[in-house]
Amino acid sequence: MSRIIKFIFIDILKNRIVLLYTLLLAGFAWSAFSLEDNSTKGLLTLLNLILLTVPLVSILFSTIYIYNSAEFIELLLSQPIQRKAIWVSLFLGLSLSLVVGFVVGAGIPILVYAPSDVGLMMLAIGCIITVVFVAIAFLSAILSRDKAKGIGISIMLWLYFAILFDGLVLFLTFQFSDYPIEKAMIGISALSPIDISRILILLHLDVSAMMGYTGAVFKDFFGTSLGFALSFFILLLWIAIPFLVSLRRFKHKDL
Amino acid sequence: MIEIQNISKTFGSLQVLNGVNLSLLKGQCIALIGPNGCGKTTLIKSILGMVVPSQGDILFQGTSILKQFAYRRHIGYMPQIGRYPENMNIGQVVEMIRNIRKDDTNLDLELLEEFKLQTLYGKRMSTLSGGTTQKVSATLAFLFNPDVLILDEPTAGLDPLAAEILKEKIIREKQKGKLILITSHLLSELDDLITQLIFMQDGQVIFHKDMDTLRADSGEEKISKAIANILKQQAK
Repeated sequence: MSRIIKFIFIDILKNRIVLLYTLLLAGFAWSAFSLEDNSTKGLLTLLNLILLTVPLVSILFSTIYIYNSAEFIELLLSQPIQRKAIWVSLFLGLSLSLVVGFVVGAGIPILVYAPSDVGLMMLAIGCIITVVFVAIAFLSAILSRDKAKGIGISIMLWLYFAILFDGLVLFLTFQFSDYPIEKAMIGISALSPIDISRILILLHLDVSAMMGYTGAVFKDFFGTSLGFALSFFILLLWIAIPFLVSLRRFKHKDL
Repeated sequence: MIEIQNISKTFGSLQVLNGVNLSLLKGQCIALIGPNGCGKTTLIKSILGMVVPSQGDILFQGTSILKQFAYRRHIGYMPQIGRYPENMNIGQVVEMIRNIRKDDTNLDLELLEEFKLQTLYGKRMSTLSGGTTQKVSATLAFLFNPDVLILDEPTAGLDPLAAEILKEKIIREKQKGKLILITSHLLSELDDLITQLIFMQDGQVIFHKDMDTLRADSGEEKISKAIANILKQQAK
């Protein structure tokens, strides 16, 4: 299996798109930090950029790559290799190369300008978010045989998680503003990996004071080590569930 | 060697294979023919485990292949259209497959040499012509000296010289007592190769006959005419 991962990893690194992605992230990160005079502001700017671009690139690139590997998968399947090994290798190869792209592009400037707990956490969350969206890409790619449809599903999912979900939450907050929904909001935030990530980092930046009562409730939950561990666990679930569902379907897929 | 037991396959509402029963033995060279869309490729892919049949079972040397993968080390498969990772060159693809298979003993490099692929090793897969890609597919199918060869339209896209090389190779392997399964539309090409003929239509096996009995039954030497005769007889 490690041999297949190695081949996929090298294949993707040779792909100019990942290089471009790394350069893009590097450009964002260096300029975010050099525009702001303190590193916290820089981190905040970068956070928003990362939470928008990393999921988009991860999910789109992975979906397209999976579809383009169809014949490669077929080639491997005619060899004495388990189906599970092929799918897992593809997943690990894609995740690994995109994580490397992220760490080289955004990680180096973060470590240079903000070598703090928050900086490290942002690095970790960037990596996890990358893998989460690779996993979601595997799910949308297995749902449809048609490439255009699969990419469409991916774009819709990204749109939902990155933009629509926030709107939905905002709508709920206003609708139920007369009720004490702060605790329920914690539960709702678990429904989007991007939101959990954002909350986790914002709370560690000490800007939660500006978020009012909800911020305080959030701090009460996510600030504790239990809440922290739980939210990381939820992020890991966001990786495991989509990928395992796709793996189950791949085992029975006709190629 | 390969026992196909009552295989059926549906894609959505489309019935591609309908109760196919076949018994393929060692040393046979079998042509699988039939009109486009009659289920030839689906049948081949079922044997390779790429398509999971909706019903029935396939036995390879007496054991079911469903959910198995190790048996595939005994099968060399040449797909109809081989597509490979575009960034890799020929050498890397061959190396990768060898690397993944690990068993580097008993390699069959005859086709690699006869097609002179080594001189093209540095060429990227995306720049290859259809025929060269077919040569790579053929080389990979024969590379590990498998007991069973499954060739899906092997000569499609090959120039006459390369097709001849491949044909001679198939004959040599046949003489070693291997099981060879070929699908093809070009019937005349198969005349001097095959010992058995399977004719499929609409997902069903219309007949599975020995070439000698087929020739005797129809009174024709050429495969194409023999088949036409048999089909006419059955229509009556």
